[in-house]
Amino acid sequence: MRFLPKSDAERRQMLEALGLESVEELFAQIPPELRLGRPLALEPGRSEFEVLEFMRACGRQNKTGLPCFLGAGAYHHYRPVVVETLASRGEFLTAYTPYQAEISQGLLTAIFEFQTMICQLTGMDVANASMYDGSTAMAEAALMARRITGREHVVVAASVHPEYREVLRTYAHNQAIRIREAPYDPESGAVNVRAAASLLDDNTAALIIQSPNFFGVVEPLGELAEAAHAAGALLIHAFSEAVSLGLLAPCEQADIVAGELQSFALPPSYGGPYAGVIATREKFVRQLPGRLVGQTTDTRGNRAFCLTLATREQHIRREKATSNICTNQALVALMATIFMTAYGKQGLRELAEQNLAKAHYLAARLPLRFRGPFFNEFVVRCEAQPPEAINRALAGRNIIGGLPLARFYPELSDCMLLCVTEMIRREDMDRVAEVFQPGGAA
Amino acid sequence: MYPEDFKYTREHEWVKVEGDVGVVGITFYAQQALGDIVYVDLPKVGTRVEQGKPLGSVESVKAVSDIYAPVSGEVIEVNEALVEQPELLNRDPHGAAWLAKIRLNSPEELNNLLDAAQYQALVAEES
Amino acid sequence: MTGKARSHIVQDEPLVFEISAPGKRGCQLPPLDVPAVDAAEVLGAANVRREIEGFPELSEVEVVRHFTRLSTWNYAIDLGMYPLGSCTMKYNPRANEAAASVEGLLWAHPYQPEETVQGCLEIMARLERALAEITGMDAVSLQPAAGAHGELTGILLIRALLASRGNPRRKILIPDSAHGTNPATAAIAGYEVENIRSNERGMIDIEAFPSLVTEDVAALMITNPNTLGVFEVNIARIAEILHSKGALLYMDGANMNALVGITRPGDAGVDVLHLNLHKTFSTPHGGGGPGSGPVAVKKELEPFLPKPRLKQVNGQWRWDYDRPQSIGRVRAFYGNFGVLVRALAYIMACGPEGLRAATVDAVLNSNYVRKKLEPYYDLPHKEPSMHECVFSDRRQARHGVRTMDIAKRLIDYGFHPYTVAFPLIVPGALMIEPTESESLRELDLFIEAMIAIAREAEENPELVRTAPHTTRTSRVDEVTAARKPILRWRPER
Repeated sequence: MRFLPKSDAERRQMLEALGLESVEELFAQIPPELRLGRPLALEPGRSEFEVLEFMRACGRQNKTGLPCFLGAGAYHHYRPVVVETLASRGEFLTAYTPYQAEISQGLLTAIFEFQTMICQLTGMDVANASMYDGSTAMAEAALMARRITGREHVVVAASVHPEYREVLRTYAHNQAIRIREAPYDPESGAVNVRAAASLLDDNTAALIIQSPNFFGVVEPLGELAEAAHAAGALLIHAFSEAVSLGLLAPCEQADIVAGELQSFALPPSYGGPYAGVIATREKFVRQLPGRLVGQTTDTRGNRAFCLTLATREQHIRREKATSNICTNQALVALMATIFMTAYGKQGLRELAEQNLAKAHYLAARLPLRFRGPFFNEFVVRCEAQPPEAINRALAGRNIIGGLPLARFYPELSDCMLLCVTEMIRREDMDRVAEVFQPGGAA
Repeated sequence: MYPEDFKYTREHEWVKVEGDVGVVGITFYAQQALGDIVYVDLPKVGTRVEQGKPLGSVESVKAVSDIYAPVSGEVIEVNEALVEQPELLNRDPHGAAWLAKIRLNSPEELNNLLDAAQYQALVAEES
Repeated sequence: MTGKARSHIVQDEPLVFEISAPGKRGCQLPPLDVPAVDAAEVLGAANVRREIEGFPELSEVEVVRHFTRLSTWNYAIDLGMYPLGSCTMKYNPRANEAAASVEGLLWAHPYQPEETVQGCLEIMARLERALAEITGMDAVSLQPAAGAHGELTGILLIRALLASRGNPRRKILIPDSAHGTNPATAAIAGYEVENIRSNERGMIDIEAFPSLVTEDVAALMITNPNTLGVFEVNIARIAEILHSKGALLYMDGANMNALVGITRPGDAGVDVLHLNLHKTFSTPHGGGGPGSGPVAVKKELEPFLPKPRLKQVNGQWRWDYDRPQSIGRVRAFYGNFGVLVRALAYIMACGPEGLRAATVDAVLNSNYVRKKLEPYYDLPHKEPSMHECVFSDRRQARHGVRTMDIAKRLIDYGFHPYTVAFPLIVPGALMIEPTESESLRELDLFIEAMIAIAREAEENPELVRTAPHTTRTSRVDEVTAARKPILRWRPER
């Protein structure tokens, strides 16, 4: 078997050294009734060529490589080639968690740079070395707020990604955390500040707002932060479209930022693996879950990096840990780091500006549902025919349409969420606009 | 090594009584076992503590240890110096690195504790 | 010293912020084919940021040099062995990477209509089936993002099942040899943790066990083989005892590499387990993630699995959201799909014979290392080892040399350290898991290195205590890093 670097002669040599006759004796301690007396019922092993052919056939079964107007938490952005080139180096790809600092300086340095760039983008003081994804980052941020404030409940906006809210519910359920939902304003598509404020009480740990929200609308974070702080709660700013950070102002009054970095790292990959991140103020650092890389010196006085504040983590605190998270999404975070470095200060802004311009070009030609300011996603009303019919017509023109909202927001079942990134060309947008015309979906 | 006028717990905390207030800390043996101390988690002033229950914790790079209250009462002061300089605990655990001052509500509890000679014997056993 | 390690000059490299210069770009976008918009007008001036202060500006060449240089400071499986116990650092087949990079898989959006992503769904369905067969369980969810995440999901499933029977119960039993994620997970799932002591053989004490399983106990979290590398021979009896009291058996699947094709947890009575695809199933660690932590369950737990679940309707795969008893979602979307592709590619390449052969070689390698090192290192537990073995530093400690020192000195010999000071039940532990990916030559070099260090510990302990000597940095000051954390770069004032 090509992954096993031993010959039968070598195996025999090793058995001799062990004083054994056959490899079966190595399993003698397993009770016979527990021994699987047959080969596993799986297809026989295949050559590399056959495995890849199978995977390529699966790929061909999918409809991809077409202009795609789906966003909603997973985005199509141009990823520079060097991201893959550098992240696929064996020294990054096949490395272990950098517990042994002396032989992991490459990775630790890159994570330190990652943490710094996230702080620069979000305006926070400290960021961790990534979480599983945006949804779990948001849930962990809520748990963090609870630890910090000692309060038990949270208020989350209904305009936060529905699946993020579901994950929050799963996490909250077992910690006896009550969740209240703050409604969105049907005109603007943003959270109704007064309604949100009225849901806050002296047992609210945090107000959780996504911006840009699920509808693409930019939320009034400053006002919401004020309302949260007035009630003694923290403001958690969640985001799912990292590119927005290139253009949108960070909220100075936010206490915790929790978001998704998929846009910076890799294509949608059918939902994963992604990388989340949590950033916060210095004073909350000891409540931050996940790995942290810190700067220090070695015995010769050279600058070096290492994992630090490990006592927050599961392997030391065990049942008193801040979280049970063990993995960070190191490779995905590394991809994001390379992406952010390659685009750089100007490039990231330009990328965001292109998204804004293109999205507004298409939105101007369609019936918008909400009036609030938006980034690269927006909700349109499907007046002449239902969203599914529009999408069928688009599919006929080899375009993947937007997300019909009925499954998440029954009150918006005549609506569709469209996302436009820098990868969409003008002619594709013109074709979409045509289909929305009366008779256009014929 | 271990001041005569302190009382000690089996968990390696000490208390020095000054009137109705107990000054508490961890012993030399405790800080030595922990190694370089990097962080101290102290209770808030006003917290009620109970003899034998955790009142805070002390951290080295690779371990966390709960600190158990040697006496019951209310925390009236904590040693802010330890926030900036946790290493004080390694340097002067019986003096400058006291952790907290507790107003005692049950002074008879002191009888449950060890005196210096008994604590010394305990340490010799554990070593 | 052995011929495995020799020094080589590596380039130094500052942080990206320190090589940054205004006006440089590493990436160029095509020109805008629609009119630009004024961000302040469209978003409101208050919503538009000023520049991203301090953000790096580098040319493409500098980006490539920077990260390439950084990579040369890292150890990796591609360079050599990682004898890390319970981590299963096996070879990451490059074909897996090619599989995951297939365009049609990489660019599939999770919200595309199901009929347009049948390729993705087929891959997930096949992997679910394969993992169920390998573990001897009835149903698998691929949603959890990592082992710890899978663990949490597993405990939530137990809670949901017991709650549906009227009482979720309060406690979870965890052996003192367990990995730290186990008690952390139990606590997050809202359970109290009761630590149970291992017996002198390092296993769960089967005599004492029945009395520990009270009506308050929801489950036992077992790792099999345990963190000493020893097979819990009483596992079937343990399962019976738990079941007779209405409790469940959870298995941490971190050590599956010792079992695949030989025995199946499901056959021993395990009710729920999680797997680590980045361990047993060869997906790359990537420096700490991404992984994937599928959960496998027996059929009475199937209704509670995270939703949605895959089901076939008229020959097509569909996501089924009609799962009223489900615990809900544990993350957005469906799972770490890219990791799932890699794991399936591995399973398909190995087939039943290859998977079993890997297990056999893993156990053979570990026993070989154990036999060769026994004369030099203290072996506290003499039970037969499976895929990993645990020594202690007792002999070397007499000369003031501890397990961490030996580990650091191993670096000078060209190896990554083994797992230091874990499991906690062995003071001064050295936990070694070679995996099946090591050739006899590499194993012999490792053994030679460990023997040399044992000698150095006696003859020249200072050399070992101050190791490593040949790395780019010497031992780092973790104490100052924790006392005065510096967690980001800031420009000089």
